[in-house]
Amino acid sequence: MSGQRLQAEAEPELAPAPLSVRGGGHDRAGRVFRWLATGSGVLILAVLAAVAGFLLLEAWPALSASREDLAAISWIPDDGSLLGYVGPLVFGTVLAAILALLLAVPVAIGIALFISHYAPRRLADVLGYLVDLLAAIPSVVYGLWGGLWLAPKLQGVWGWLSDNLGFIPLFEGPAATPPRVMMTVGVVLAVMILPIVTAVSREVFLQTPRLHEEAALALGATRWEMVRMAVLPFGRSGVISASMLGLGRALGETMAVLMILSPGLTYSWALLMAGRHQTIAANIALQFPEANPLGVSALIATGLALFVITLLVNMAARWVVSRRAAFSGAN
Amino acid sequence: MTRRRTALAIALAVAVSAPLAACGSDDPINHPWRPGGSTPGPAAPVAEGDLAGSLTAAGASSQESAMAAWAAGFQSAYPDVVVSYDPVGSGGGRTQFVEGGIQVAGSDAPLDDEELAAAQDRCAPGDVAELPLYVSPIAVVFNLDGIASLNMSPATVAGVFARTITRWNAAEIAADNPGVALPDLAITPVTRSDESGTTENFTEYLAAAAPQAWPYEPSGNWPLDGGQSAQGTSGVVQTVTDGVGTIGYADASKAGSLGTVALGVGDDFVPFSPEAAAALVDASPRAAGRPAASLVVDLDRTSTAPGTYPLVLVSYTLACTAYEDDADAELVAAFLAYVASEEGQAAAASAAGSAPVSPALREQVLAVVEGIAP
Repeated sequence: MSGQRLQAEAEPELAPAPLSVRGGGHDRAGRVFRWLATGSGVLILAVLAAVAGFLLLEAWPALSASREDLAAISWIPDDGSLLGYVGPLVFGTVLAAILALLLAVPVAIGIALFISHYAPRRLADVLGYLVDLLAAIPSVVYGLWGGLWLAPKLQGVWGWLSDNLGFIPLFEGPAATPPRVMMTVGVVLAVMILPIVTAVSREVFLQTPRLHEEAALALGATRWEMVRMAVLPFGRSGVISASMLGLGRALGETMAVLMILSPGLTYSWALLMAGRHQTIAANIALQFPEANPLGVSALIATGLALFVITLLVNMAARWVVSRRAAFSGAN
Repeated sequence: MTRRRTALAIALAVAVSAPLAACGSDDPINHPWRPGGSTPGPAAPVAEGDLAGSLTAAGASSQESAMAAWAAGFQSAYPDVVVSYDPVGSGGGRTQFVEGGIQVAGSDAPLDDEELAAAQDRCAPGDVAELPLYVSPIAVVFNLDGIASLNMSPATVAGVFARTITRWNAAEIAADNPGVALPDLAITPVTRSDESGTTENFTEYLAAAAPQAWPYEPSGNWPLDGGQSAQGTSGVVQTVTDGVGTIGYADASKAGSLGTVALGVGDDFVPFSPEAAAALVDASPRAAGRPAASLVVDLDRTSTAPGTYPLVLVSYTLACTAYEDDADAELVAAFLAYVASEEGQAAAASAAGSAPVSPALREQVLAVVEGIAP
């Protein structure tokens, strides 16, 4: 697939335009377009550098502050360690995002396969449209829905989990009432990222070469075997990319977490207990209004940590995709 | 940085206060300046319509709804005046006031010694005035089926929130509530997750009234880790409502249909009411060692005076008794006179559920306001 893309990108330069009526116009237009494209590419790098620079610069007062100064901020631990403050936040952020991915990706692959290979044409169109529609709902709406409608409904489920599976550290009880806990956040975030993961996966599954599918069927494969042998291997790197898009949204989600979670700064695995976790983005939104200048700086330092996590996640995803590309059958 | 935050906050303030202000001036019943209602004459030292200009204020978000009501009421009497209030938080308000960026500030806490010295410099040759014009009771609210009110001594409240009393049918609660069928249910305390003046006043009360049961320092940030918490007053009320056996603390005006706790005062139990809150402010002594214009109240949280409600938030209005600009002084004097007037306090009471200040305190405030001179 990457080979094809490379060819497509190189095409404009190779293709001559002898049919152009305005002599020389083609060359000028080509040059202008090339500069515009190059400029846009450079702009992205510049923005990235500017964001990194801004975060470092604004976080510096907190990074270089003494422990006594930091401890004077009421919401920073008494030992005044910035790392001790950022650590649980990073843990909570990653935990929420991974939980959301674990819940969302299997369902998303199921929906995408149903739309691309199982559903009748008309139903597939309607479903695809609905999924795209879900992706456009703003996160604050999900937050309100999750906090006001969904959370009270989940109370019984979480209670059952902690009563019957409480021996697993993840479901340690007693389940909090109301269920303003990480598990609820995971469910709402999963619903939020489901559409984007589904939409991208569906597009990728639809790209599976018909020849591969027909070859599999001709060899006597059932539809499920065809999906397993032709569609899934072809779409694997695409699904990983889709998951990373979803992960990005889950990592940075603010409003839904802010409205649903009872925050706390610990490294706890107890997903059903309140006041154990907090994410970076929600914490910034929570503490910013009353923060003094050093407090703002400390919050921006946590933002810097989020920036680094996002970069690392994306680089890891690139690496996974490139490693898999050779086996995907896409080339 | 500060400038950017301020710009953001101003944008927010405009967005938030615009509809509020609209509500205030459209309210036909509670409008203090309505035709045929009480005349603005006695409260305002300057004849109606004489004033023009803009009055900028900033500070505690607790005063936001009250300030919106005051601004609406004042502006409808003086159409050429623009009053703006930027709810940046108490600390931000005090800083901007000391730096001279705003004429009036709102603050949940009095100025500390350092700020007081700087503010005196700012107000020279006048004094800095700290006026307790926003008094609001904080309610302890809970959600138990069929129980609308409970009695609790300070030590019991502290024990519940320190999580040493963990069940609703505990002996301590039962002892204060003879005849009430308390359920055998776990208590879930709900606190504020953001830093707030409400938390600070609540922990101050617990530390003063029940030092044995409450071993923590007063703080704007909830001192215990873990447990339920939510952002803002509405978040706490929502969480208490959604849960079973939950208990929390919130501005009394937002308590809604939740059960409320009558706090132990002496041998009696006093439910929250605006009158009881104002009575505590009256029963408390003035803080010593401050300028004459500074009416800081040293809240007596352990007061045993009958009819006082000890869990009260007092938010101060900071101003100077002298301004460089004559117009500023006139404007501030007229505005504060309106805020302290019965009409102004009634407007805040209906908009924000605050407790109107007592006549005695009003007299003291008006004496300070009359001293504001160019």
